[in-house]
Amino acid sequence: MLEGTQLTRDFRVRLGLFRGSANLRAVDRVSITINPGETVALVGESGSGKSTLGRMLLGLIPQTSGALSYRGTDFAQLRGDAARQFRADVQAVFQDTSASLNPRRRVGESVIAPLLFNRRLSAQHARVESAQLLERVGLDPKIFASRFPHQLSGGQRQRVGLARALASQPRVIVADEPVSALDVSVRAQILKLMQELQAQEKLAYLFITHDLGVARLIANRVMVMYLGVVVEEGNAAEVFARPSHPYTIALTLSAPVPDPTRARSARHLLGDIPSPLAPPPGCRFHPRCAFAQAICKTDAPPVREFENAHRSACHFAEQVRGNKSE
Amino acid sequence: MNDIILDVRNLVTEIRQRRGWLRVVDDMSFNVRRGEIVGLVGESGCGKSMTAFSLMQLFPTPAARVASGEIIFDNRDLLKLDARALRAVRGAQIAMIFQDPATFLDPLMTLGNQIAEPLRAHNFAGDVQARTRELAAQTGLPDPDLIAQRYPHQVSGGQKQRALIASAMACAPKLLIADEPTTALDVTVQAQILDLMRDLRDQTGAAILLITHDLGVIAEMCDRVYVMYAGKIVEAHTTRDLFHAPRHPYTQGLLRSTVSLESATTDLFAIPGTVPNLNDLPRGCRFAPRCPIVSAQCANEPPFVAQDERAVACWNVERARAEEIWRLEIRD
Repeated sequence: MLEGTQLTRDFRVRLGLFRGSANLRAVDRVSITINPGETVALVGESGSGKSTLGRMLLGLIPQTSGALSYRGTDFAQLRGDAARQFRADVQAVFQDTSASLNPRRRVGESVIAPLLFNRRLSAQHARVESAQLLERVGLDPKIFASRFPHQLSGGQRQRVGLARALASQPRVIVADEPVSALDVSVRAQILKLMQELQAQEKLAYLFITHDLGVARLIANRVMVMYLGVVVEEGNAAEVFARPSHPYTIALTLSAPVPDPTRARSARHLLGDIPSPLAPPPGCRFHPRCAFAQAICKTDAPPVREFENAHRSACHFAEQVRGNKSE
Repeated sequence: MNDIILDVRNLVTEIRQRRGWLRVVDDMSFNVRRGEIVGLVGESGCGKSMTAFSLMQLFPTPAARVASGEIIFDNRDLLKLDARALRAVRGAQIAMIFQDPATFLDPLMTLGNQIAEPLRAHNFAGDVQARTRELAAQTGLPDPDLIAQRYPHQVSGGQKQRALIASAMACAPKLLIADEPTTALDVTVQAQILDLMRDLRDQTGAAILLITHDLGVIAEMCDRVYVMYAGKIVEAHTTRDLFHAPRHPYTQGLLRSTVSLESATTDLFAIPGTVPNLNDLPRGCRFAPRCPIVSAQCANEPPFVAQDERAVACWNVERARAEEIWRLEIRD
């Protein structure tokens, strides 16, 4: 339904007063498909390019190269009604709920706006429907519609964000770290709500997160990004059961597990993510990789494919695969 | 010699509001032994950071105060010390690190000078430069001489946190308070920083009070845990027992709603309802409005808490332990 092919996005970065600028490739030839009703999790650490990819799919920033299409039509060809339909169909939910709602607008008005513009309802209809939307996300409209965002908790604001996205009757919601800023118990409430809404509305989610636990729970498919490239992708259950890229393995070992009797894994990744301004040559992960050989320093790895379109961009994917415990 | 390095008794901390003072930490009692890592876990607004600031008597807002209680550190009540004596303790015997290292490092000062600052402030007798280099190496900063010349914006988030830890460890404190030290970091870097903190504890014998909302971090790091809810401790236990036999309904719910790679089920669980407003607290148990086994007593009387390391603040603790209380979910 929503498809990106070989997407690349460059940013010019000023280095300093007299040092000119440099090119930062935030996303490098990434292909992604989002099918109706499915949840794709985009996983990676900061600087991996996952948010940039999300913004391109929303049409918020143009790609430097590559192609984007919505229901078979190229983004560039979307004009008039088709463009309007796209903007209604593909909605966004963001991490920082205090920045993504207008602080001077009552939350009821924030939910009404897309009803007026995208759905073209009359003011009266819009008011009735906005109340229903607030109710669906678990907020009593009698109490909340007239409140301002600062009077709400983070979890309540994220509920408003969801209601506003739902107002346009979308097919896809790009959710960029929607629960990262929330407390444990609130996080579970929001994830649950998102699952319920998905089942009712047949929504597709592009769920951007750094939290593997959340990804495992909510996603049908997973894509793991590192420094602008996809290093592994596949069916969520398979990726977590048999991670086939050293970076994915390292991520699964680094995540703290709420069980004190489990032995801590000894092997942690060394070092930090290198600067995306000067990504390492060859495989971008090789300076931190426990399996790296000479070839990894010079040649970018080809993509290996296993069953069910489980792909890994690693020279030694076969050996690494299922080697999780070592 | 006393085994307990920090003994907090009946601590009450308040912040000023337009009308009167609001209790954000209410009758907290807990302790930390020498060389122990103790966790303080809770959700935002539960008072865990205010507890940390109370120990240092440094508040981010001027309109906060420790209203009552005792903070016995190394056999002295910190609340009875004058400003001068307190300054000799802060940064030297008790050090603190924070969630966002960038905010707590001076952007105009090299990392080397910031690591050395506590040494100078507390009149370190030895060679300051040698000690700085030693600290940088100990905290895993690569190329200590070079990195000492760097400014905070020139290094990564993980390295900033390492520099902050080096500065905190400069005077060999007996207690390190770590307030969400890894929350702003990526998971792979978080794992490195947690390893570092554990190594430093082993090497120096410093006790750590680790404040976090992340039960995974608690499970990996802590010997004992205190769980906070709405300004109060609701349960205390060894980490092992807390995770395997949680007693308080809140702790049970919190553990069940934690999402991890290893969770057995893929069912999402959420505690219904929201944390109460501190301005409008329930009369009895603060968790009563969200509790599945609430009884008449809960609504009227705050639960009794024993001052002990295995305390649990629940009137119906036998029932909470015996039954699977979160089986039935209540709609919020």
